[in-house]
Amino acid sequence: MALVGDPGTKELLSLEELEASGSLRTGRKHVLSILVEDKPGVLTRIAGLFARRGFNIDTLTVGPTDDDRISRITLTLDGALHPIDQVTKQLHKLINVLKIRDLEPAETVARELAMFKVAVDGQQRAEVLQICEIFRGKVVDVGKRSLIMEITGTTDKIDAFDRMVRPFGLVEMMRTGEIAISRGRAET
Amino acid sequence: MRAVDAVMECLKAEGVDVVFGLPGGANIPTYDALYDAGIRHVLVRHEAGGGHAAQGYAKATGKVGVCFATSGPGATNVVTPIVDAMMDSCPTVFITGQVGTHLLGTDGFQETDVIGITMPAVKHSFMIQHPTEVPRAIHEAFHLARTGRPGPVVVDIPVDLSRADIDYEPVTDVRLPGYQPTTEGNAKQIRQAAKALASARRPVLYVGGGVINANASEELRELAASDRFPVTCTLMALGAFPAPHEQWLGMPGMHGTRTANYAMDEADLICCIGARFDDRVTGKLSEFAPRAKFIHIDIDPAEISKNVPAHIPIVGDAKKVLAKLTAEYRALETDATRLDAWWQRIRDWQSKHPLRFDDTEGTEIRPQRVIQALYEATGGEGIVATDIGQHQMWTAQHFHFSRPRTWLQSGGLGTMGFGLPAAMGAKVGKPDELVVCVTGDGSIQMNMQELSTCATEGIDVKTVILNNGYLGMVRQWQELFWEKRYSHVDLRPDTAPWPDFVKLAEAHGATGIRLEDKTTLVDDLKAAFATPGPVMVDVRVTREENVYPMIAPGAAARDMVG
Ligand SMILES: Cc1ncc(C[n+]2csc(CCOP(=O)(O)OP(=O)(O)O)c2C)c(N)n1
Repeated sequence: MALVGDPGTKELLSLEELEASGSLRTGRKHVLSILVEDKPGVLTRIAGLFARRGFNIDTLTVGPTDDDRISRITLTLDGALHPIDQVTKQLHKLINVLKIRDLEPAETVARELAMFKVAVDGQQRAEVLQICEIFRGKVVDVGKRSLIMEITGTTDKIDAFDRMVRPFGLVEMMRTGEIAISRGRAET
Repeated sequence: MRAVDAVMECLKAEGVDVVFGLPGGANIPTYDALYDAGIRHVLVRHEAGGGHAAQGYAKATGKVGVCFATSGPGATNVVTPIVDAMMDSCPTVFITGQVGTHLLGTDGFQETDVIGITMPAVKHSFMIQHPTEVPRAIHEAFHLARTGRPGPVVVDIPVDLSRADIDYEPVTDVRLPGYQPTTEGNAKQIRQAAKALASARRPVLYVGGGVINANASEELRELAASDRFPVTCTLMALGAFPAPHEQWLGMPGMHGTRTANYAMDEADLICCIGARFDDRVTGKLSEFAPRAKFIHIDIDPAEISKNVPAHIPIVGDAKKVLAKLTAEYRALETDATRLDAWWQRIRDWQSKHPLRFDDTEGTEIRPQRVIQALYEATGGEGIVATDIGQHQMWTAQHFHFSRPRTWLQSGGLGTMGFGLPAAMGAKVGKPDELVVCVTGDGSIQMNMQELSTCATEGIDVKTVILNNGYLGMVRQWQELFWEKRYSHVDLRPDTAPWPDFVKLAEAHGATGIRLEDKTTLVDDLKAAFATPGPVMVDVRVTREENVYPMIAPGAAARDMVG
């Protein structure tokens, strides 16, 4: 009698396919854009979920959207450390989470804001200002022995700026974490 | 009307006929509204008992169990049942009182951030901030508790808001835009699953509590009947498939049967339905079912590929998916003889490794014998709840459950103290069934005050204590893995009856009975069960008996011992 399929594994998904569907670790960075209801405790629920499951957040930003009942959370994490589909599925279980998008880097415009306070003396000031200009940063405070610069851009750009100015004497630095929006006309 | 009166209207609209709980300052308004609401209330002696009773009620009936607790210590006392209900996907609603809003955040008397404490362990929770939110929150809580993957929901109501006046209008629709459980199951995946089953040579159906939650036992039997698929049910699912059935392998896992574990180990296809590959089942994960492909059916997408990567994932309601899967399978041309070799292997294991114990010598009563006698005395009918420990595993092994919702467990959390209140809740929900709590002398002492509740409320629960004078399961581990260093597990070091459970039962207004003759166990149990009202039976059993077979923690299934 003819059997349907053979005893082998043809009908079953291969592990590569599983990987493509995100079941295993992807190894790349992920930017999750999450729409949530603006209800008390939502952020705690999300942060608590990550802590409890041992998921490690790289950056997290929260802000309002054009609808005042809804907030957007942009969250970045490392796909080498976590199976990303587990992260998104667990997030989806939270009742106040409305929508999650795992943004493709190529389809996404992502930006971060950072402020650098650098100690400068004498002629170093000119050098730092020059670097700031090249990176299209903005000087937001000038002191006798310090400069504060504001810079927006991709995470890479800010990392590069950090490497350039750090040797001059970085007093402190603050970064917001990324916000991201998808390209084209469709909603993120 | 007051917000609390609206709570009662909502409960009635949800079909609630009983609430378990205990009042306090912050929920006196709720109790005031309950006074003439026409809903039965069972006044428990400890809120943990109330929470577990709500779980027992839910597990036995399939309806949502409800528990009230006051703020602060009342609410913290239900944390264990809440976590327990979460782990076992048990539909429950906990309505807690909270201090007045003017005191919130001031560490006021009996103030506790219940929402914060329970957040990691609830399906969802509602912190009421305005009295008009109350009716919607209650209905949403019930909807969330019972649909999708069921679970516990907490509604915390500050006392001043609870007595505030609102314009009550019945809520007829529940809108939760972030909550849309998938129930149907992808047709293509179901077809793939049917084909995979048709080509498998060594398939196993691995069934979990999700099948019971979905009321899908009938559908499971149909699938099993469509071919000679071997079936194994986790601890949570015992009763979902009749244990006396010839396709039954026994329970898998740490204290499962060798047959079930070896079958999983050698399977080429495991069809997991509503189970989650708990570590007590898989043993060492990297060596679990190394030859198998996995079909995984679950209502909760996050369960799929959480512990074991699924080759064919199907998200959906087990009842619907199983019905479709059976239909797809029946439409295929299959050859049942392809399973001959597999069944031969299974029968071989079954005859070589039956569950056995030897009690031919001496007068000591072996605990396993008590469970066998219990099975005989009840004819396998009735509802059995247990606590946690050896007695629980012996019951799972030797009481052959045939019907769903007749076996009540704290499966995921493993809470000692669950048994008696859960049995109490079950009896309230199923008054016509014989309800038995099998417990240990350790576990019963964790919530035995509920015997008073049973006595005063006329809740006819029979308790059987397998009294070994030890925290038995811990002693077993100390014996096997800690060189018999019995550190603090001996509950009656001088071998005196401690406590005297017969007297304790009597003190609570129940009947206490001690059984000492192994030859008359069946009749003695029958007599005890025929005694009206709550009865507590104390059976002194062999002190140092172990549960076998066993997979040592962290070992692989094929390395079972004993
Ligand atoms: C609340 C709680 N505390 C501790 C444990 C750990 N524990 C698991 S089994 C067990 C022993 C139970 O003893 P007993 O109820 O007498 O049952 P036996 O194993 O002797 O049948 C203990 C202490 C638990 N499961 N729950």
